Amino acid sequence: MSAEVERIILAGFGGQGILFLGKVLAEVGMRCGKHVSWIPSYGPEMRGGTANCTVIISEHPIASPLVTVPDTVIAMNRPSVAKFNVRIKAGGMLMYNSSLIERQEFRDDIRLVEIPASEIADELGNARVANLVMAGAYAKFSKLVTYDEMVKALPNLLPAGKKELAEVNLAAFERGYQFVKEKKYMFGRYVYSVFKGL
Amino acid sequence: MEQVFARPKCMSKTPFHYCPGCDHGVVHRLVGECLDELEVGDKAIGVAPVGCSVFAYDYFAFDFNQAAHGRAPAVATGIKRVRPDHIVFTYQGDGDLAAIGTAEIVHAANRGEKITVIFINNAIYGMTGGQMAPTTLIGMKTATSPYGRDAQLCGHPIRVSELLATLEAPVYVTRVAVNTPANLMKAKKALKNAFRLQKEGKGFSFVEVVSICPTNWGKSPVDAHKWLAEKMLPVFPLGTYKDSTGIENS
Amino acid sequence: MADKVLMKGNEAIGEAAVLAGCRYYFGYPITPQSELPAYLARRLPEVEGVFLQAESEIAAINMVYGAASAGARVMTSSSSPGVSLKQEGISYIAGAEMPCVIVNVVRGGPGLGNISPAQSDYWQATRGGGHGDYRTLVLAPNSVQEMADMTRHAFELADRFRNPVLVLSDGILGQMMEPVLLPEPATYDINQKPWALGTTAPRKGGRNLCSTIFLDVELLEEHNWHLYQKYQVITDEFAKGSLKHMAVETHEVEDAEIVLVGYGIISRILKTVVEKCRKRGIKAGLVRPKCLWPFPSQVLADLAAKTKQFLVVEMSCGQMVEDVKLAVDGKKPVYFFGRTGGTVPSDFEILNEVDKLVRPD
Ligand SMILES: Cc1ncc(C[n+]2csc(CCOP(=O)(O)OP(=O)(O)O)c2C)c(N)n1
Ligand code: SF4
Ligand SMILES: [Mg+2]
Repeated sequence: MSAEVERIILAGFGGQGILFLGKVLAEVGMRCGKHVSWIPSYGPEMRGGTANCTVIISEHPIASPLVTVPDTVIAMNRPSVAKFNVRIKAGGMLMYNSSLIERQEFRDDIRLVEIPASEIADELGNARVANLVMAGAYAKFSKLVTYDEMVKALPNLLPAGKKELAEVNLAAFERGYQFVKEKKYMFGRYVYSVFKGL
Repeated sequence: MEQVFARPKCMSKTPFHYCPGCDHGVVHRLVGECLDELEVGDKAIGVAPVGCSVFAYDYFAFDFNQAAHGRAPAVATGIKRVRPDHIVFTYQGDGDLAAIGTAEIVHAANRGEKITVIFINNAIYGMTGGQMAPTTLIGMKTATSPYGRDAQLCGHPIRVSELLATLEAPVYVTRVAVNTPANLMKAKKALKNAFRLQKEGKGFSFVEVVSICPTNWGKSPVDAHKWLAEKMLPVFPLGTYKDSTGIENS
Repeated sequence: MADKVLMKGNEAIGEAAVLAGCRYYFGYPITPQSELPAYLARRLPEVEGVFLQAESEIAAINMVYGAASAGARVMTSSSSPGVSLKQEGISYIAGAEMPCVIVNVVRGGPGLGNISPAQSDYWQATRGGGHGDYRTLVLAPNSVQEMADMTRHAFELADRFRNPVLVLSDGILGQMMEPVLLPEPATYDINQKPWALGTTAPRKGGRNLCSTIFLDVELLEEHNWHLYQKYQVITDEFAKGSLKHMAVETHEVEDAEIVLVGYGIISRILKTVVEKCRKRGIKAGLVRPKCLWPFPSQVLADLAAKTKQFLVVEMSCGQMVEDVKLAVDGKKPVYFFGRTGGTVPSDFEILNEVDKLVRPD
């Protein structure tokens, strides 16, 4: 991952907390002293559709906040992989919620990171914190957002009415972080090409 | 065997895009059934301005005009004057009809345009994400009344049916709901009366449907219907406010 | 120093207005600017201001007209279809020389169009929009920071020139979040304008009158020339006077063989394109009008002597390109690339256009 700029597209079902996950990354990036931008997809209010947002975290002022070729895609559901997989930069990363997305023939020029985010969230007793599991996992890879800032910022980012959820959100974040730290995720770099040989 | 739940002939096969439990779909269906039963489905022209029902043209098989916010009664006036033999109706929300389109509805009614107006009163701006409507109840919290609607600042909920009933020209003004099977039957009857009056060239007919918006009310459809009965109906009492031809008794 | 806060563009406008001393907001719901009225519905009561949802955009702009004539700093906002409805009121406000700020978070048109970002209201914004001989100042932010800064400035400009000021933004700028350093608060008193209705400030004559009617043709002509002269002063201030820094931003134009021209969110994409061009050995530069009326014509005219060609990029079928052509005055070719209907052009598409122009084989 580049040490200067991280361009991320985050996508999933409406209701999976995608926009919030993006906000968390942008807010923490800002608190780490980086330049950041966050753009949501917004459409007519048709419920249950897909949601996505674009986040840039950068050492330098951000020219275009729009991202054609992301360094990373964080995909929470299957349609998101289908939609954004092709756009990932060669050598970039696809981090996906393996609880809802089965292993398939991915591109062989990207790094794949499989995180069973929904299962982890369920274990924590709150299906809605799968997004924070992903935040934790991403934080482990990121060169620009730090673990400490993330932990410090998280409780303040929850909406006023949801402060009591701080604990479970932090737990989810921690689980995601540890999951990557302990290298429990399934795929390393270019693994598909290895798989092809099997 | 008779197919009881067949789609009305004058409706298309497009599935509704409305949120689960929303009343818009129910009222669409009633409109379709009434037009079929009066055998005017092929002579109907609908006008839908913006609001969640802006895509109503997708659900009906007959001709449609998609109008600007609030202007449907004026657009319908134009259509009806050119095609007096057609059944022209508008389908409008409360933000649309009772806020930005107040002038158009009052004057179309006052001229006695021979059109039918279907008015979906859900006490909120649905499509734009839950802002206060002129029909929003006192104390009700919305995106633009975060502290609850304050009568001192925003006035009281407008009762459009009562207002229009004071005019000379309208022949039929009624308020219905579709929250219970009994009310649903009454609503259908009202819609049929309204369209029949137009078919007979009698004059302006108006049907207000007190409705729910589960999404922006933040309630399940069941709770929303309960809330409608408890909170909305006392402010917007069901009943017929004008019936100058006596169609309800004939 | 205050900390930066991560804010949506629409919210940044709302907070900047409050900091500018705006205590009155009148508006009507429409996407994609809804966060702005929602923000002010919460915020204005906290500072004893008035947030009022009008029954229509026509009513809202006329409430603005009334509040401005009574001496307040006042704002309204909308998106394209709603701004069309405001045009009648804007004509009156400009004619009566009342200061106010109008925000347009532009979406795809014509008609109902869609709610995706667009720049297709350029003509409406810069040509006046309503009837009569008048002008409105038009500021075009390209970041959330500028949404705040320009809104803050807009109130100062409006008061200084007694003229409506438009902030022309779009769906992306309205919806996106970036860190913002909020501007310094202003102190404002509704009694500081001697011409305002009901003011307690010392008046020039007897009573104060806010009107646009001049039945006598000579008087209306005189009034219109007076407005015209004011617009000349504004134009000069932006071209070479105290407001020069607010007129235009240039980037890598000194040795540029091709100058890209774009405003608002497009200028951010163009900056990326310029960087990519430079990496590939193409000498590209960028001119980004920060103010659309008055238009920074002189900067473009001067560049026409140095560069080989211009490429104007807009989210429309081509509107600002006409102003660029007027400025360049036929001295160099001016090309256009646009996407419309709510589509945002990608850096790659634009790069491709640049390639075609600089390597025509
Ligand atoms: C001139 C103009 N102003 C604002 C809008 C935005 N807008 C779209 S629908 C709508 C109101 C929707 O509320 P309502 O009429 O009550 O219909 P509902 O969605 O609740 O059925 C508004 C304000 C617009 N399209 N045009
Ligand atoms: S937003 Fe409300 S009115 Fe619109 S479709 Fe959903 S429930 Fe119905
Ligand atoms: Mg409504």
